[in-house]
Amino acid sequence: MHKTLKVKVWRGKEAGGFTAYDVPRNESQTVLDVVTYIQRHLEPSLSYRFACRVGMCGSCAMTVNGKARWTCRTHISKVAPDGELEIAPLSNLPVIKDLATDMSEFFDKWARAKGQFKGELTRDAPFAKVEPASPERKAADAGIECIGCGICYASCDVVSWQPDYLGPAALNRAWTLANDVRDVQQVERLRAVAGDAGCHSCHTQGSCTERCPKQLAPTMSIAGLKRKVARAAVRGEL
Amino acid sequence: MSATQASGVAQAKRWYWQRISAMVLALCVVVHLAVMIYAVRGGLSAGEILGRTQGNWGFAVFYAVFVVACAVHVPVGLANIAREWWGLGEGAALWLSRAFGLLLLVMGLRAVVAVVVA
Repeated sequence: MHKTLKVKVWRGKEAGGFTAYDVPRNESQTVLDVVTYIQRHLEPSLSYRFACRVGMCGSCAMTVNGKARWTCRTHISKVAPDGELEIAPLSNLPVIKDLATDMSEFFDKWARAKGQFKGELTRDAPFAKVEPASPERKAADAGIECIGCGICYASCDVVSWQPDYLGPAALNRAWTLANDVRDVQQVERLRAVAGDAGCHSCHTQGSCTERCPKQLAPTMSIAGLKRKVARAAVRGEL
Repeated sequence: MSATQASGVAQAKRWYWQRISAMVLALCVVVHLAVMIYAVRGGLSAGEILGRTQGNWGFAVFYAVFVVACAVHVPVGLANIAREWWGLGEGAALWLSRAFGLLLLVMGLRAVVAVVVA
């Protein structure tokens, strides 16, 4: 194990550059530990975002040695065996400052993909019964654990060249709702995710699935949407 | 429904037809390759090919289906490439790809007629 890490950190906004720091190497150190050390001891004005530190909140994602990762659960031993780190903000999102990106567009796209649940039961109605073994419930389960970290979005080439594209996270969310038998805006959702800005732009390259820290498969969700949307379109239901 | 949504629905339909034609093509390509490998064992000559195909309506139907599946499948993908890589607008990409599909259809069917009938 190296005694110190050579760390390059992005400073600035869209225009800026990397600044180098030496950080002491510790046992079981994570990338977030390194960034926190830099801010507390070397560069108090460094901006970055984190909250839970245990892989639940999805706020600490950054580009680490060229790949988007959740920094709180990324061990240095895994990503910097040679003791060198380059930490940058997530791609495909505007940089606010240093390592903090503006995620408004990312979450606005969830709304555009009709990512809101809309039921028709009232609080007085009995609980809806959803069979756990049903194909719909299983499909929704497979995508439901998304923490909204934006790693898939930052890793998606289609988002890079087509800024309108809703992206893997929003489409994965739409897929979980498309399989929610209680939801009543299915047609509107399928319309919202059809076509150029939606599921049909996906090239099935699978970077989102490769990088998702929760091991979800947005690629599968998007393929599911393509099938569901096409079936509805051909039957004239859209 | 907005114009964007209408275009999305149209795109979904095209995707459907691309998928269906891909299933047909998968079968056609396998049969095509298998027959080719089998047929060229004793060498390849124009006379030998025409001897097999002339007047053979099984061949005619098989390759006509093959050609139609190509003419359905190719334009959908080509329109996407034209939009994404060449920066064409949606309308221009669609018309270009349809024209190319028609070309494939005409040339393909002409070739089928040539080896079966002529």
